Amino acid sequence: MKTVKVNKMEKKSRNIFLIPYIIWIAVFVIIPIILVIYYSFVDIHGHFTLANYKKFFTPVYLKMALTSFWYAFLITAITLLISYPTAYLLTKTKYKQIWLLLIILPSWINLLLRAYAFIGLFGRHGLVNALLEVMGIGEKQLLFTDFSFIFVSVYIFIPFMILPIFNALDKINPSLIDASKDLGASGWTTFRRVIFPLTFEGVKAGCQVVFIPALSLFMLTRLIAGNRVITLGTAVEQHFLVTRDWGMGSAIAVFLTIIMVLTMLITGKRKRVIKSEKA
Amino acid sequence: MKKLIQFFSTVFLVSFALMFLVNYLNTSEGYAGRNTITVFNWGDYIDPELIKQFEKETGIKVILETFDSNEAMLVKIQQGGTAYDVAIPSEYAIEKMKEEDLLIKLDHSKLPNLKNIDERFLDLPFDPGNEYSVPYFWGTVGIVYNPDMLGGREFDSWNDLWADDLKNQIVLVDGAREVIGFALNSLHYSLNDTNKAHLEEAKNKLIRLQPNIKAIVGDEIKMLMVNEEAPVAVVWSGDAADMMWENDKLDYVVPKEGSNLWFDNMVIPKTAKNIDGAHKFINFMLDAEVAAQNTEYVGYATPNKAAMELLPDEVVNDERFYPPPELTDKLEVYENLGQEMLSYYNELYLEFKMHTK
Amino acid sequence: MKKLKPSTIYLLIMLLILYAPIFYLVFYSFNSGGKMYAFEDFTLEWYRELFSDKRLLIIVLNTVIIALLSSGIATILGVTGAIGIWYLKKKQAEKVLLSLNNILIVSPDVIIGASFLILFTIAGIKLGFTSVLLSHIAFSVPIVVLMVLPKLQEMSASLIDAAKDLGAGRWYILTKVLLPYITPGIFAGFFMALTYSLDDFAVTFFVTGNGFSTLSVEIYSMARQGVSLTINALSTVLFLFTILLVIGYYFISKRNGRLAGLGARK
Repeated sequence: MKTVKVNKMEKKSRNIFLIPYIIWIAVFVIIPIILVIYYSFVDIHGHFTLANYKKFFTPVYLKMALTSFWYAFLITAITLLISYPTAYLLTKTKYKQIWLLLIILPSWINLLLRAYAFIGLFGRHGLVNALLEVMGIGEKQLLFTDFSFIFVSVYIFIPFMILPIFNALDKINPSLIDASKDLGASGWTTFRRVIFPLTFEGVKAGCQVVFIPALSLFMLTRLIAGNRVITLGTAVEQHFLVTRDWGMGSAIAVFLTIIMVLTMLITGKRKRVIKSEKA
Repeated sequence: MKKLIQFFSTVFLVSFALMFLVNYLNTSEGYAGRNTITVFNWGDYIDPELIKQFEKETGIKVILETFDSNEAMLVKIQQGGTAYDVAIPSEYAIEKMKEEDLLIKLDHSKLPNLKNIDERFLDLPFDPGNEYSVPYFWGTVGIVYNPDMLGGREFDSWNDLWADDLKNQIVLVDGAREVIGFALNSLHYSLNDTNKAHLEEAKNKLIRLQPNIKAIVGDEIKMLMVNEEAPVAVVWSGDAADMMWENDKLDYVVPKEGSNLWFDNMVIPKTAKNIDGAHKFINFMLDAEVAAQNTEYVGYATPNKAAMELLPDEVVNDERFYPPPELTDKLEVYENLGQEMLSYYNELYLEFKMHTK
Repeated sequence: MKKLKPSTIYLLIMLLILYAPIFYLVFYSFNSGGKMYAFEDFTLEWYRELFSDKRLLIIVLNTVIIALLSSGIATILGVTGAIGIWYLKKKQAEKVLLSLNNILIVSPDVIIGASFLILFTIAGIKLGFTSVLLSHIAFSVPIVVLMVLPKLQEMSASLIDAAKDLGAGRWYILTKVLLPYITPGIFAGFFMALTYSLDDFAVTFFVTGNGFSTLSVEIYSMARQGVSLTINALSTVLFLFTILLVIGYYFISKRNGRLAGLGARK
């Protein structure tokens, strides 16, 4: 009897910890979601409507959604292709923590500053064109192209892909690889059958941290692509801050959220990312 | 535990110390005092020296915030929670702001310098009797180009932009009204056209322009043209004047099919906190010498007759930037098309932007 | 000279590419020509301009204040939240709370920004310092929870039981057993939140107003107005500052035996 009472009291005091947290969840997670969903059903005059969704399913927006996906996919794939070998080679270096730090360090410089640097680098008189000139290729238009947009995006996302893969690789027990070799497996087979499956979680985590933000990039489309690439993110930004059509903006946001949840379900929980980011 | 408490106390103490520092800086710079005005202006649209002069003369501190489209400006003011004392929107935005009751009536007795303004720019249809607004600058939309980069080519028609050999050469200003407007003009329609068939036609024509477009941006155009990154751009006249000042190879033309004639005006939004200071600022900007200096800095055409007398003849007689009345009569002023139509314009514009190469 | 292995060459090329933009900015910050090409003469003019620009100084300070305050408050909220979740006996409730927690982490910035803009508009909160601070706290809390919770979970229940058996009170258990145990997680969460906040552009872009600006937002508008080498000078200063921070942080965490929260952000 006595113990039950104590437990109850204890439970109450424990729940106190949850109160501020639950208030935070209510105000900054639940209410915003409800507001966005509500606005997606409202037209510019404040009346209930399904028009925003109808509009979303017209070729214009569907095409934009598709191109957004295509770019996000390309960016994720290229980032992965570059990051995996980097992460792998990093684990082989002698001072791997220092190397890792060196690779991560640039990402601590403000993103906008690095994007701004590319405006200069890719300009007609920029370094890259000067190099192309020297190499005999001649001057090319680099700024405001798909190429520059993808290049800069990949550049920005590389560290976030390297980290989880590096952590996964780092955790592999070397004896597993030795065992595989002892059993006569070739280097490629070892990679395919042992290393890659063991790092698959890291790859998934990395793809997640790249794919979702890549879907909604908006300042790069403006600064680097000169609005020649329009992503769903650009559209949300335009509708909220320029045309003030919050309804349409919200409808796109709802769509993006659904996609995001689907990506989560397919690639597993994001929780692991943060966990594995702790080197 | 002790470590945690120490650490977090330090964090909060440092932040509060920094807040005091910022507060001190703000006060020493005069930003925090009661005697300030917040001016909401287009980017790079006022001579910073003049702000200093105004602050010195009146003791009122000016906080400058910038926007890059009438729409973005409107959103901020409609949204509320801001305290802009003076804003400088274009005429169609003013009509809209009047409609939505976002403006305060001006007290003409506090604006004696209003007499300096050329009558041609007073009492215009968007604001009869200048109840709410006072002209700041005016201008046109046209094509700025670099003949050297294009083998001496000249432009005189909007349709010249569609030439096959201009692939990837044109930079457009990022504005729905501007872009759809010149497409309508190129088809000999009014740039206030609300006929959906005409608008559809304009959009399709714009989509055919896509291969020629290099970028759709804003303030960057100046840098792109001056540094010869791009040879052709559709811009506002004053930006063109500014570019030509820095790169004398450039030339500017208002295409023969017609174009937009616009007026940017100073208004006092309902958000104003320092209405008296706002009037002082507006009156200051109307002063002949101030307006002349500002015109030299910004490069747009001034509606201030007294200021024009102080400016060099080659500036005010340049018909590219000060088109005479018989030319401006052929140009059109944007009308407020209403929320519905504006949304439609935006939709078409977005559609056009999405049709990339 | 020692011959470089291909793998080292690959890594060096990666480093070169990753650092190229930064060094490019630093290099031209000394250009008297005023452009990001055609280096003319060495000058410190842009640094002079930078340091005499009080407005920019205020913006930098504001950015730091927002980062420190928001991560501090978010850490407190997040730690209590994590302890609360950990105490929960019902798996179902824990699952629901964690999914809600994760929403803000996985949502694209644009959507967080847009939905907060609606929220603040409806709540009538003035856009500026308060709205930016609230948003930064909001998106930092879940990060802290995710950094602290694993620490709590790896703590064996017997530790608490042992303390209880020894007659320790709840407060004692909290301050002498629990918190010391999860301290590394708390610090990791704090620093992670700090980097998120310092680097945020999109959310701030949506919810700021009234002349309040953070560095990212300011650079965005400066970059659009064309090249100004003051930005370059600013990057050099920030780069040096980051290096100092990282070196300091590296030695502190080396002492603590871990590199916690390295490379935060989305």
